Amino acid sequence: MSTVTHTDEDLATTLGPPAAPASAPQQTDPGPRWRPSLPESAASRAALFFIAPSLLVIGGFFFLPVAAALALSLTDFDLYALADPGTARFVGLKNYVELVGDPDFWQALRNTAYFVVVGGPLSVAVSLGAAILVSSKLTKWKGLWRTVFFAPVVTTLVAVAVVWRYLYNAEYGLLNSALGAVGVPAIDWLGDPVWAMPAIIGLAVWKNFGYNMIIFVAGLAGVPEELYEAAQLDGAGWWARFRHITVPELAPTFLFVGVITMIGYFQLFAEPYVMTEGGPLRATVSVVYLMYEEGFKWWNLGYASAVAFVLFALMMVGTLIQLRLQRSDP
Amino acid sequence: MSRRLATTLLHGALLVGAALTAFPLLWMVSASLMPTGEASAFPPPRLPSAPTIEHYLALFARADMGRYLLNSALVATAVTLVSLFINSLAGYAFAKLRFRGRERLFKALLAALVIPAQVAMLPLFLEMRALGLVNSYAGVIVPAAASIFGIFLIRQFALSIPDSLLEAARIDGATEFEIYWRVALPLLRPVLVTLALFTFMGSWNDFMWPLIVLTDDDLYTLPVALATLTRERVQDNEFMMAGAVVTTLPVLVVFLALQRQYVRGIMLGGVKG
Repeated sequence: MSTVTHTDEDLATTLGPPAAPASAPQQTDPGPRWRPSLPESAASRAALFFIAPSLLVIGGFFFLPVAAALALSLTDFDLYALADPGTARFVGLKNYVELVGDPDFWQALRNTAYFVVVGGPLSVAVSLGAAILVSSKLTKWKGLWRTVFFAPVVTTLVAVAVVWRYLYNAEYGLLNSALGAVGVPAIDWLGDPVWAMPAIIGLAVWKNFGYNMIIFVAGLAGVPEELYEAAQLDGAGWWARFRHITVPELAPTFLFVGVITMIGYFQLFAEPYVMTEGGPLRATVSVVYLMYEEGFKWWNLGYASAVAFVLFALMMVGTLIQLRLQRSDP
Repeated sequence: MSRRLATTLLHGALLVGAALTAFPLLWMVSASLMPTGEASAFPPPRLPSAPTIEHYLALFARADMGRYLLNSALVATAVTLVSLFINSLAGYAFAKLRFRGRERLFKALLAALVIPAQVAMLPLFLEMRALGLVNSYAGVIVPAAASIFGIFLIRQFALSIPDSLLEAARIDGATEFEIYWRVALPLLRPVLVTLALFTFMGSWNDFMWPLIVLTDDDLYTLPVALATLTRERVQDNEFMMAGAVVTTLPVLVVFLALQRQYVRGIMLGGVKG
């Protein structure tokens, strides 16, 4: 018996359906189907104790609030309800209807779309470029380059936003000073509604590209070297090899990177909070920033919950679009 | 194009890229050491004329930076230790213990990864208020005490633990907790280090939730304190740069020391997932 136990991983823990016939004599259970977990199995009883703490935390402080947010978005929960929850009333979809008619919301949506649609692909492109440079056969000191490119990822967003705000300063910022040296007139980066979002994108790309670079480096390492060699023999140039080997071979990586980047970019908040406070002229108010303002500045928790759910819905739609686009891509 | 020229161009591009990437961080350090007002000259000097640490001293003496540093260290350490224990218990159970509904439960958890944390924040605040945890360390620590990503990471790694080892321990009469503690945890060490790094840095850098749940500046973590400070002292560039250095240097140093373990986490969580 003990020799069997050592080889059959299922035996002692569950005696699952496909378990060795050696366990048949123990199956005195008259029930029609063999239960996948035996009540007397110490391991499965222990498992409940093992997962209970995490389920308690995730259930109580994530699933419950998410469900509550949906309920909250159907009420007019506001500052008065904060003092006396009894005053909150069920209002159906009123918050969502109001949202559709709220120019502030559309502005936040446009700003967020700008950030996601321009910043996301830019960030992915820079990541891929860096990964290709770092992964080349000719590259020396690969570890060093990787470390430098990755360093911004681990910095504290608030801290580097403070630094970049200073770099972007219209009067004495280094960026204007550098641009001035090549004859570009001073730009009020964070004070001009036209330039504020591009400035924030600049910071975001700098801060994030290292993360995707690491994923691309792993993806590139998986592309068979023979493909490149064969293409080179056929006389394919650098661009042709990139277009017809690297890009298709990296398709799964692109999908993964595309989705996580988009999800991350949808959650824009700290950059405008620190650098522009949503300005100028609300040009950098993102959807999450609007949610924060409505919820924790004006205490319109019902309305803010509706904003949060619209954000969630948009992220789902964006993910589905990417799945579809990239699947149909040859 | 000759191989030599390609190599030169390649390294030229890498050098420019690396310089641009490192520049904001180097500039932050340089400006933090400049005498007051020097960083606001135009054009700004690249290096301090007379390096000084007066702003660092001022941060700790007048802006309570020591307090915030302590808050951040305390919160991040507590979150890391507690969540490492809770996540590893669950991750190990999902990988190695059989129980009814295991696969379904795990899939449900994974599916929930698509829900952005912000959706939960508004009711979570009300919940914390009801529990009396608003404006306390616990208000930051408790919701972070377990994470789906952490459970996933541990589970992926724990799948490779041979069942025969666990079986042998069972035959020797070890309890399930002893098996987890004495057999599984030592084998999970590499992924525990990785997850600890991820969790510590994530908690240290976290901004939005601490901003919401901590209302009293005695309890502010560094990012919240720095963001508040920026709004008050816009023009004190050298001072703010010193604040940015104090805020981000600890995690940067930890990363440089343990980057191999950190990068492995991206691989485990990303490529394998």
